[in-house]
Amino acid sequence: MQKIMNWIDARFPLTALWESQWGKYVAPKNFNFWYYFGSLATFVLVLQIITGIILTMNYKPDAARAFESVEYIMRDVEWGWLIRYMHSTGASLFFVVVYLHMFRGLMYGSYRKPRELLWIFGCLIYLCLMAEAFFGYLLPWGQMSYWGAQVIVNLFATVPFIGEDLSQWIRGDYTISDITLNRFFAFHVAAFPLLLLGLVAAHLMALHEVGSNNPDGIEIKDQPKDPETGQPLDGIYSHPYYTIKDIVGVIVFLAVFSIIVFFVPDMGGYFLEANNYVPANPLQTPEHIAPVWYFTPYYAILRAVPSVLLPFLPATQFYGVIAMGAAVMVFFALPWLDRGKVKSIRYRGTLYKSWLAAFVIAFLFLGYLGVVPVTVWGQFSDGLPVLGGADKATVVARVLTLVYFLFFILMPWYTARDKTKPVPERLT
Amino acid sequence: MNRAAYRMNKFVCSMAVLLVAALLLTGAGSALASGGADLRMEPAPVNRLDAASLQRGARNFVNYCLNCHSAKYMRYQRLTDLGVDNSMIQDNLMFASSKIGDTMVPAMSPADAKAWLGVAPPDLSVVSHVRGSDWIYNYFLGFYRDDKSASGWNNLVFPNVAMPHVAWALSGASKLVETEFEDHEKALAGVIAVKGLALLEPGKDGKWVMLTVQADPNSPGTMSSLQYQSWVADLVNYLDYMAEPNKNKRISLGIMVLIYLGVLFTFAYALKRNYWKEVH
Repeated sequence: MQKIMNWIDARFPLTALWESQWGKYVAPKNFNFWYYFGSLATFVLVLQIITGIILTMNYKPDAARAFESVEYIMRDVEWGWLIRYMHSTGASLFFVVVYLHMFRGLMYGSYRKPRELLWIFGCLIYLCLMAEAFFGYLLPWGQMSYWGAQVIVNLFATVPFIGEDLSQWIRGDYTISDITLNRFFAFHVAAFPLLLLGLVAAHLMALHEVGSNNPDGIEIKDQPKDPETGQPLDGIYSHPYYTIKDIVGVIVFLAVFSIIVFFVPDMGGYFLEANNYVPANPLQTPEHIAPVWYFTPYYAILRAVPSVLLPFLPATQFYGVIAMGAAVMVFFALPWLDRGKVKSIRYRGTLYKSWLAAFVIAFLFLGYLGVVPVTVWGQFSDGLPVLGGADKATVVARVLTLVYFLFFILMPWYTARDKTKPVPERLT
Repeated sequence: MNRAAYRMNKFVCSMAVLLVAALLLTGAGSALASGGADLRMEPAPVNRLDAASLQRGARNFVNYCLNCHSAKYMRYQRLTDLGVDNSMIQDNLMFASSKIGDTMVPAMSPADAKAWLGVAPPDLSVVSHVRGSDWIYNYFLGFYRDDKSASGWNNLVFPNVAMPHVAWALSGASKLVETEFEDHEKALAGVIAVKGLALLEPGKDGKWVMLTVQADPNSPGTMSSLQYQSWVADLVNYLDYMAEPNKNKRISLGIMVLIYLGVLFTFAYALKRNYWKEVH
């Protein structure tokens, strides 16, 4: 074995690569629950690629046959139903783990210096993942696939001057059609998986270059070294310690994953929508079009922004589109918005904690509001000043949108003024 | 650090949180007080493990639905899942096709169907995913005579549906009954007393109207109302099976997978504990 390794190492840095990326990578020893989601996201990515490849073997990217081929996979292909449910459940759980992973970053300041680039790679992965999910959702060619894609692509039509041409260029047709399905298939199975893999590699390389943050937000590299090993005092080797810990995490994740795949694959209509079992019909618009749950906070923001902002500006949905885009893109700026003296929420003051709590509440409730029609809570009575006649849900969504953006906009101000606690020398 | 500025910040924050909370509460409160038409449906008494019911349901389906509707993703041969063999399927369930590997397609072409019925009858392969078992069950209990409609029938669950009541010879021709209540509370009590499908609508002057479908003694069917309910339950059970023929396999496999993961977890967790003993 050693001889084979020597032979390879003389020709390719296999051992060096393994040791720098995982085998001899020194990580803080105090990772908690929130540190499972990075490895879990990688695991789901692999799962999606494998199940996706198998689905591709029987799926037909053809408007006349796509829906039929999915039912063929569900019924006639051996274990096709399992692969398909794994892929559809995996898509939703990918967002679950990625959202929890990002929230971990917010809590412990994992985006702060020297991890800015690591964070930016992560944000790019998030963007790619959204695109990947959006393209993939068209492929089953159900009513929700079709009209969801129609709504999203039409957003590009609101761009001033070039909008109509732009949306037509994306679709390759005047409406979502077979041509659109074919190109979305190409993006979903080739372009974006490649991009994702490249970005994940960059994300991991950047991580292993700068080292992991931890729940205390203390740089273990700045600590005194252990005289015997020459390693940071609070660091341990990833392998075998985090290898085995992450394996336990993967097993627990698989249990949750299996409960959904085997017992509630539709997840009450949130993972697989009832209306998507109706084949796409370009002539029949569904009564209620809502995106899949992981996009709904942004969809709620889009709907919340009025098309008439100021009297002298032209009326257009484009303001909502800008707000929606900004809501995603603002994450990129986080390393430069945070002026706090400490990284971790453990040593932050009340200000940051309250704003983070408000942000999480806003995000979750916007997610809820994005699922339901704007009329869900009825209207304010006509007699009320300002609010009279407005949909209550829209007004709430506007306030929550404001909270969402204020979390970022005011961040330089409240993080700098926050009353922080002293950070200890060693990990706790 | 400036204490006054800090207090100011804290105040702004708490106000923001309070404002959000208040708005959410208003919203949630008004959601409860909404007053519109309200359809109360019976839960469908389906049992995916009842093979006899599924077989009867398959028979009901081919006899009553498959004349106009297709189930074009479902193969006849698949019915062996229900405990019948190929020859039984060919002799008792296949009227429109000759090959056991064929999918369920009616003799009537979709174009003819559209011409005769005004709308092409939808494919029923996955209808149970789209509508849900409860909806379909109540839909079959919701037909009533309506001379104003083209087919002579109407439906409480699916108003003005194009489909006639194909099983009326079994159930008899029911009629729509309107009951008026003084207020919403009394109407709700009325709905509970009905113990079945009912539609509650706001009437005039704050009154509420309850619509129910009741058997007409002048035109009875060949079945009692309980027999008919059970006939519908079999059909709905079958439709649920047909939407996902692998469902039983999925659920039983899921239990095995979870047991396996439980065992795997025990070992992996013990191993993790053992390794982490060295970490202080």
